[in-house]
Amino acid sequence: MTIDQEIRKYPFSEVPGIDIDPTYGLLRSTEPLARVQLPYGEVCWLATRYEDVKTVLTDPRFSRAAAQGKDQPRLREEMTYEGIIGLDPPDHTRLRKLAGKALTARRVNGIREDAQRIANEYVDDMIAKGSPGDLVEMFALPFPITVICELLGVPFEDRAQFRIWTEGLTSTSEQLMTYVEQLFGYMGNLVAQRREQPTDDLLGALVKARDEGDRLTEQELLSIAGVGLLLTGVETVSTHIPNFVYALLTKPELMAQLRADRSLVPAAVEELLRMIPLNPAAMFPRYAVEDVELGSGLVRAGEPVLVSLPGANRDPEVFDNPETFDFTREQNPHVAFGHGPHHCLGAQLARMELQVALHTILDRFPELRLADGDAGVSWKSGLLVRGPNKLLVAW
Amino acid sequence: MTAVDTRWTVTVDRDACIGTGVCAGAAPRQIEIRAGKASALAPETAPDEAVIDAADMCPMSAITVRDAASGALLAPEE
Repeated sequence: MTIDQEIRKYPFSEVPGIDIDPTYGLLRSTEPLARVQLPYGEVCWLATRYEDVKTVLTDPRFSRAAAQGKDQPRLREEMTYEGIIGLDPPDHTRLRKLAGKALTARRVNGIREDAQRIANEYVDDMIAKGSPGDLVEMFALPFPITVICELLGVPFEDRAQFRIWTEGLTSTSEQLMTYVEQLFGYMGNLVAQRREQPTDDLLGALVKARDEGDRLTEQELLSIAGVGLLLTGVETVSTHIPNFVYALLTKPELMAQLRADRSLVPAAVEELLRMIPLNPAAMFPRYAVEDVELGSGLVRAGEPVLVSLPGANRDPEVFDNPETFDFTREQNPHVAFGHGPHHCLGAQLARMELQVALHTILDRFPELRLADGDAGVSWKSGLLVRGPNKLLVAW
Repeated sequence: MTAVDTRWTVTVDRDACIGTGVCAGAAPRQIEIRAGKASALAPETAPDEAVIDAADMCPMSAITVRDAASGALLAPEE
């Protein structure tokens, strides 16, 4: 790749619904290391091939720590404290280990029954109120909020406030810094309570690690607990539940296949994750700390690279019929949760919640359909995650 | 570690491994992702905290680190 390449404006376009811009596929085959300009920050590379994406995400020569203090390519003007995702190993390892322990596959399976009980309760309410109903408001939002509140030990009564902060943090809102301060203040109070009265929940464990092991700074503690677990644990799953249900309702052959063979649910979740990006636009550029020859070209020391996870997830070198939903893939090594040191800390929790959500919806709504076609569906706008904020369904 | 010749074994349960790459990020000198799954670069390694971290961080608990001589479990911690 040479520096006289065309510089494309990025994100490419706002594609409606759950599809992605075809430019990703075009670039992957013709210009896999493209030059892009985001709304803010310096020009950077965009990698769209699976192998390159994995290399950038795992090779220690690509650094997140080196991005700090740079004019990072970004979607909104403000530069915020990045917390755990702004660090490289070994500093990153220290934080990741603490938070990760609560979210291993084994621990997550231990709360699967609780999650199922919570899911049933919300569906009971929904059915009691009668068809039609908004699946987002009545299920997709409160379900993951309740699970994460129980896990973290945060009062569920405060959920209305989380929602304001959550949506604020993932929007390009000018109020961003106010929301961050309010959230940190709120978490600070909960932390102070645990110093008075220790608890067994995840927040209590993090406070203990901070106070006894001196393994966390106060800001790290608040960042992990507040942004890292509470907000990302809610906004992600609450967006993907309606994304997935919308996909199934608009592709009846997939819904029928899943109803006919429920053992496909885990594989269906993986395939829906592969095909439907939570956020189509790439974020968190890595900076090369030395010259690196990628399969698709040279990245020079000091240059930033963004990776397109949706691009990688549809790479025909890795996936047969990559543009097709296929719940029977034998191998599905998608990178929807990222890859390498920053691989989503909550991936196992998200998988479990999405599986429980799909099972519950299939069980309880045998005749589920869109209540008013696409007129009953509205989509989040201006946010960093994409999905329905209203999904009117009938049963 | 007191003895200079202490060795650790690093093993990956390839059935449990889902190829997150978290381990390879934490211990790039000892572990790589090969054909979509974690793989130890060598059957034994010199003691290095990084492989303990890798085993502790694996969300699937697919990595085990043992003392080569005694077989004592070093990670993951329960």
